[in-house]
Amino acid sequence: MSADVVPGTPADAPASWIGRLRRLLERELPYEKLLPEEQPAYVASWIYVFGVLTLAALAMIILSGCFLAFNGPAWYHDSQTGRFVNSLHFWSVQLFFMFMLVHLAGKFFMAAWRGHRALTWIVGMLALVISIGAGLTGYLLQTNLDSQWISFEAKDGLNAVGVGAWFSVTNLGQVMLLHSFLIPAVMALIVLVHILLVRIRGVVPPLDAAKADAAAASKATGHQDVA
Amino acid sequence: MRPLMLLVMAIPSDPATYLSWGWLSVSVPNLIAILVTISLFALAVLLPFPKGRHGSGDDR
Repeated sequence: MSADVVPGTPADAPASWIGRLRRLLERELPYEKLLPEEQPAYVASWIYVFGVLTLAALAMIILSGCFLAFNGPAWYHDSQTGRFVNSLHFWSVQLFFMFMLVHLAGKFFMAAWRGHRALTWIVGMLALVISIGAGLTGYLLQTNLDSQWISFEAKDGLNAVGVGAWFSVTNLGQVMLLHSFLIPAVMALIVLVHILLVRIRGVVPPLDAAKADAAAASKATGHQDVA
Repeated sequence: MRPLMLLVMAIPSDPATYLSWGWLSVSVPNLIAILVTISLFALAVLLPFPKGRHGSGDDR
């Protein structure tokens, strides 16, 4: 019988989990944080561009992957348009990994886990690990001599760590479903959580941001540096 | 005759050339990818970011 908060009454703790979730989102992720129109001045640096470049490459991978999934291997191996889209998918993946590694290195050297951002860092690392799985299954799906070589090398490695019984890289059907459905679904969820965490905690400032901010504020107000 | 675009974008499937220094062995395509990634990182750190139209730089 317990209802959620009645409009017009004092804001008591809501009884349902939906109400609690709404309160949490209202507190942690208001619209001005979710869709900010301005960013801090320190974001105007090339190293801060690589997160969104990684996202752009991922969008291209998903878009080209949709065409590949709908039209199938015969199309992307035999027709010129199919080979073009297949190549687009492949090279988007190369760019995705390059951009993601630069993003990772940039965030590592600015200790991006500062300011309660550890979870953002961990989720980002999880995205990297899942991406490696997506890359492996993608290489296996090329269905050429290269993928045959990779699968028979990977099979030994996976058997050695004891997962070969349920993840067989020579099982094309399993690899196809993992690559085209399960891994992208998990990846989309992880990337969404990563972006929301960035929005909640804000973009991490550079290590010397406080010093630069103090200098800028001092310059703007015309005060002497008190340091 | 395949269009130029397809030739440029073709997915490499031929066996790669490998370079070896002692215990280290790396294929030329992988080495190129590693060098491009490191170059991107260096350029991202060193190159100045273009100023916006307002160009104030302190638009928090």
